[in-house]
Amino acid sequence: MSNVPADLHYARSHEWLRELPDGSVEIGISDHAQHALGDLVFVEAPAVGRKLKAGEACAVVESVKAASDVYSPVGGEVLAINDALVKAPELINQDPYGAGWIWRLRPDGAIAAAGLLDANTYSAVAEAG
Amino acid sequence: MGLKTPLFDLHVALGGHMVDFGGWDLPVNYGSQIEEHQAVRRSAGVFDVSHMCVIDLVGARVREFLRYLLANDVARLRLPGKALYSCMLRVDAGILDDLIVYFLDDQHFRLVVNAGTRDQDLAWIRQQAVAFEVAVTERKELAMLAVQGPEARAQLAALLSADEAAAALQLGVFSGAAIGGSCGAHFIARTGYTGEDGFEVMLDAAAAASLWTRLNERGVQSCGLGARDTLRLEAGMNLYGSDMNENFHPLESGLTWTVAFEPRERNFIGRSKLDAVLEYGSERALTGLLLDDRAIMRAHQRVLTSAGIGEITSGSFAPSLGRSVALARVPTAVALPGTQVQVEVRGKALPARVVRPPFVRHGKVLV
Repeated sequence: MSNVPADLHYARSHEWLRELPDGSVEIGISDHAQHALGDLVFVEAPAVGRKLKAGEACAVVESVKAASDVYSPVGGEVLAINDALVKAPELINQDPYGAGWIWRLRPDGAIAAAGLLDANTYSAVAEAG
Repeated sequence: MGLKTPLFDLHVALGGHMVDFGGWDLPVNYGSQIEEHQAVRRSAGVFDVSHMCVIDLVGARVREFLRYLLANDVARLRLPGKALYSCMLRVDAGILDDLIVYFLDDQHFRLVVNAGTRDQDLAWIRQQAVAFEVAVTERKELAMLAVQGPEARAQLAALLSADEAAAALQLGVFSGAAIGGSCGAHFIARTGYTGEDGFEVMLDAAAAASLWTRLNERGVQSCGLGARDTLRLEAGMNLYGSDMNENFHPLESGLTWTVAFEPRERNFIGRSKLDAVLEYGSERALTGLLLDDRAIMRAHQRVLTSAGIGEITSGSFAPSLGRSVALARVPTAVALPGTQVQVEVRGKALPARVVRPPFVRHGKVLV
């Protein structure tokens, strides 16, 4: 059973999104996704300052098994990326919702209007494969 | 649901992530493929290879039969228990399978062939065996474990009786013997598919889970198919179905060393084709590639070279090197160590260098 924290938003493509107190958001891939990929070995994050559209492929996570695109759950400007993943991509396997975050974004609009899933709905999506 | 080895329930209980592998339900990993890989390079790991097919060949003319059936020459096997790696070819020299053949006694040899080719291998061997009056028997009742790594032999020996342990530890490389009865084993051989020292153990299905658990209790890591693949790739060992198949002959599959062209008078299946290839030279060769970029080469990606297009046959992240390595079939003219080529990885042509496999042997990086 994969871990799906209740306080996050999720995309059907297995990204999670956390709302931070300053209005920015933090994004990563779910426990279900990291488990399906296996040991991660490379992570390519979007450039800081890049403007992303909702649903845009903007990062790549590559595991021993396969490379996989990561899609931005919402549109906005990239504020920061997780530099620790360059040396330690396994942080995504070890702590997908914490130290394994991939990028931070200043969102264009309200998160509530972005059509993301809550934890219960995402759990059902992940279970269904 | 697929076929299950005698260890299926144990794999599930150990948290194995089960996948379909050629019709068999086997663990791809038990959590972290990279940790499993490193355990084998640094200490010891155990693999379930019970899906592989053990075939006993018995008859007065069995040596003569195998000298005809196989591209390598079992005449090289003089001491009982000695093993040889060989291809089994079609008449046009296409590779039907790669296998290990053990010489047990003058009337008895044993083959270990791949699971995915089991049916076609058995049909082919039985067809060829008729003229030599050799009996072909599949040993389906046997389980098989591979215990691999620098500490693997000592770890297994610790679970044997004193006499058996002494006999096992005396086994030379690529040799086996009928020992290990105290742990349910029928046969222990100093062989493997990881580039490390170790044993492969054929044993009663009922004894397999117990031996596995006792190895775990001694600190031997359970390892899945994922680690098996990265270990063999780093060791420069071909995988049947990926690096070669019946559309390729050994000389374009990095396996020239496994074909015994001498003595000239030995006729084996595929010989006339290979003699011709040897005379005119093979247009393609299998070689190793090393990538500098932070990306991973994968099977079927195109290799761009000054002499034409090649193809990655196996590619992965190599945990021992921290970057990607591959086996690739390329035009022979560029199959020279040091040659620069490009590999198309996710839409980008990335520079790669030709290297001679193996990439890693006995824990040491060689490239």
